[in-house]
Amino acid sequence: MTATTSEVLPYEDVVAAYDPVIGLEVHVELSTVTKMFCGCSTVFGAEPNTQVCPVCLGLPGALPVVNAVAVESAVRIGLALDCSIAPWGRFARKNYFYPDMPKNFQTSQYDEPIAVDGHLDVELDDGTVFRVQIERAHMEEDTGKSLHVGGSTGRIHGAEHSLVDYNRAGIPLIEIVTRPVTGAGQRAPEVARAYVGAVRDLLRALGVSDVRMEQGSLRCDANVSLRARTPDGQSAVPLGTRTETKNVNSLRSVERAVRYEMTRQGARLASGATILQETRHWHEDSGTTTSGREKSDADDYRYFPEPDLVPIAPDPAWVATLAQTLPEAPPARRRRLQAAWGLADLQMRDLVYAGATELVEATVAVGASPAAAAKWWSGELARTANAAGVELSSLAITPAQVAQLAGLVESGRVNDTMARQVLKGVLAGEGDPEQVVGARGLELVSDDGALGAAVDRAIAGAPDVAAKIRDGKVSAGGALIGAVMKEMKGQADAARVRELVLARLTSP
Amino acid sequence: MTGTSPDLTRWSATDLAAALAVGEVSAVEVTRAHLDRIAAVDPEVHAFLHVGADGALAAARAVDDARAAGRPLGPLAGVPVAVKDVVTTQGLPTTAGSRILAGWVPPYDATLVTRLRAGGLVLLGKTNMDEFAMGSSTEHSAYGPTHNPWDLERIPGGSGGGSAAAVAAFEAPLAIGTDTGGSIRQPAAVTGTVGVKPTYGGVSRYGLIALASSLDQAGPCARSVLDAAALHEVIGGHDPRDSTSIDAPAPAAVEAARRADVRGLRIGVVRELGGDGYQAGVRTRFDESVQLLVDAGAEVVEVSCPSFEYALAAYYLILPSEASSNLARFDAMRYGLRVVPDGVDAPTAEQVMAATRDAGFGDEVKRRIILGTYALSSGYYDAYYGQAQKVRTLIARDFEAAFGRVDVLMSPTTPTTAFRLGEKLDDPVAMYLSDVATIPANLAGIPGMSLPAGLADEDGLPVGVQLLAPATHDARLYGVGAALEAMLLERWGGPLLDRAPALPTTAPTREGVA
Ligand SMILES: [Zn+2]
Repeated sequence: MTATTSEVLPYEDVVAAYDPVIGLEVHVELSTVTKMFCGCSTVFGAEPNTQVCPVCLGLPGALPVVNAVAVESAVRIGLALDCSIAPWGRFARKNYFYPDMPKNFQTSQYDEPIAVDGHLDVELDDGTVFRVQIERAHMEEDTGKSLHVGGSTGRIHGAEHSLVDYNRAGIPLIEIVTRPVTGAGQRAPEVARAYVGAVRDLLRALGVSDVRMEQGSLRCDANVSLRARTPDGQSAVPLGTRTETKNVNSLRSVERAVRYEMTRQGARLASGATILQETRHWHEDSGTTTSGREKSDADDYRYFPEPDLVPIAPDPAWVATLAQTLPEAPPARRRRLQAAWGLADLQMRDLVYAGATELVEATVAVGASPAAAAKWWSGELARTANAAGVELSSLAITPAQVAQLAGLVESGRVNDTMARQVLKGVLAGEGDPEQVVGARGLELVSDDGALGAAVDRAIAGAPDVAAKIRDGKVSAGGALIGAVMKEMKGQADAARVRELVLARLTSP
Repeated sequence: MTGTSPDLTRWSATDLAAALAVGEVSAVEVTRAHLDRIAAVDPEVHAFLHVGADGALAAARAVDDARAAGRPLGPLAGVPVAVKDVVTTQGLPTTAGSRILAGWVPPYDATLVTRLRAGGLVLLGKTNMDEFAMGSSTEHSAYGPTHNPWDLERIPGGSGGGSAAAVAAFEAPLAIGTDTGGSIRQPAAVTGTVGVKPTYGGVSRYGLIALASSLDQAGPCARSVLDAAALHEVIGGHDPRDSTSIDAPAPAAVEAARRADVRGLRIGVVRELGGDGYQAGVRTRFDESVQLLVDAGAEVVEVSCPSFEYALAAYYLILPSEASSNLARFDAMRYGLRVVPDGVDAPTAEQVMAATRDAGFGDEVKRRIILGTYALSSGYYDAYYGQAQKVRTLIARDFEAAFGRVDVLMSPTTPTTAFRLGEKLDDPVAMYLSDVATIPANLAGIPGMSLPAGLADEDGLPVGVQLLAPATHDARLYGVGAALEAMLLERWGGPLLDRAPALPTTAPTREGVA
């Protein structure tokens, strides 16, 4: 069947007629020093195929050995999601052929995941708390990365040839799977975004991953289906056919992708067409999804217990110890920090959105005022990161440098405009703020002699303005101050210039 | 045993080691003798897929130098060894008997190879085998069959026919085999040699090209129980690279073999592994061995293991299932054969994979991959793989119950002596039945040994007797095996292999013969 109506249904119409059901699968790369089953390094960005060995290349005869740190991280993640930790469980092989999979099976967990039945409370924009049920969290290994050369989009279709980098193959992954999230209604896209954000914050707080969505260390697949509402407004019981949109790699995209899929599916259903169970690709630029591989229940990965590995049997006493040493939950921590820093709700939310909580905390810790730290991280720096499409924490500036900058502003040595230039210098690798100020000559001119001379020149150059001020029209002073600031190339304290102007033209 | 023969290839590994230790012979001399023997008889036997003469001589020289310098050496330093081609050897081609790995030279050594090299053993080369160890005759090798030194028209057993034949033909005093369902023990039985499958996890599997991960186990092939024990001690013991490796040192096999005492030992004869379907000559020789042990003071009882009836069926579900997954990695993407399909312009990776696997795998491998893929498929998993695992548990329980009553179990190793080349090639099930007595040990993970029990009256071919012990009690096999071996040698008036016909030889053409 083909849809004959428009491709998407207006969002309001979708939520009026259908109840969206979403399911989110988050894959997180653990920040262990070595891979899941071998001793290879996990450092991001190395030359292709330099962090490989017989095990992660799947050479004949090589055998895996489980990374104990990865198991510990998995248990801590499970505990932080209020899951039960399985006392015994095996890895399983997920069999399918793909060039980026060295063994043509992925060592994963299937029916014996390490963590099951948890939940995560997610705070929405208006402060509402929405509980998302967690079905499971399990351990697995990442695949290599295919690079398709010669195609226009980097996709395999149309490519002349493909290269595979196995540096990523075998990096430990935790997959966190929600139960179907129902009842979010029109807020489903927002819930999806907030959930992924909450998972990201939680993982960051646990210190188990660097959770950089732009580097792929946190990846999200979003399942979306619609079910028709019954006339009484209640949802019909059967779930609709779902699609799985793969690799939605920013929080904003998660929200947009869910929203788009709802409107796309809504249009199809409204026109009497059916939804194909399939994976879909998300396109950041157009904000749309396109059909990927058709997925059906016939997909058969021939799972069976991995015979090369002994079962995982976490000692309950050890699990209990880990449970006691979990960090404070991010929402509670946020509330505590907001109070301590005296920030308004809106300021705090901006800061959380920017992923700046830890950075602000670190900046305050080295002497900056909370207000200044919050202002810089969730303002100028967040905008810079956003424009560059990177995470805030990957900007080339440290909390200590931000604190130093805040100090320069506070002590009046630079003004805000100049501070932004200093920031650019730091980000460009010109050194600490002090060094940038020195090298770029950005310090405010606070020498009254130099300023006074400039003021005198401004007065001489605009006698009519000077006359007005002498006549008591103090508000005309702006023009003179502007002229001085211009002459000083902005590197003057405007308040001091005003004082000097008034001192010359209004005698007591 | 034959330490007085002028021909060094007739010596036992233990005698060679003793002579090497006192400088009576050099490792280079011993190695040259074996390389010459290989050059002379292997054109007919075809036990080897690759002979690394230069590397072997260099290793031998290094041992001689180390000994001259007074450096400490392992007990088998300077003794040559052949390695089944399913074990990775850095710098030596490793094909697992398959075309799909033709020319592949591994960049790493299997742990057991690392231990052989560290122990100063001299790697002669790689031995022939059924492709990916799938078979009981070595006829499924992509590189042609190995011939039984007792009768070149007959099979040497399999999958490790090359290792057993190399030892039986005096091309190597020792060899490494792997045993997934009998691939060490069955070839030992039909070639009149000794083969041991250690307890699962007793020898590291790191570097063994996996057939069925939960069943595979590497072990020693030799011409005497003591020699096998010495080799077992070199390769055994915990390996952190193999998660399924037992965290314990290698068994004290040599000490047990030297003690060779069976007085007061309780031995169980497994009712289900004998009788109908077993060749008369096999039964006769087996019964004689039992009687010898009784005479030596052992108490022999019959035990029943009713679940063994299902062992073969369970095995042929578990093995193909695991193999179908283990063999998935041979896809032309990273190593080995790459076949680009004919008539396809710009083939996809998937098409190259399919064409390569089609051309690179033999029929038996394809048969088992298809079986395993089917058995693991959703909807069939419970009925096949799941049921087979239950049978496996039942078999382990049968063994547990039996070992509650006796110390060691005993059976013929194989139902028949060596059959003719080609005889069972078109009848896979008949071929599978060769392993009916050896498979239960793999399913339960317990150790097993085959040693020669004599020649069958009707065909004059070797018969093997199998000993089984509880997991981790490998040493017990060596004690009982050595005792039985001593009594048989006394009866025969010398080693069984002395009765094997002389092999046709090719005059050595290799340069540098001393
Ligand atoms: Zn590796």
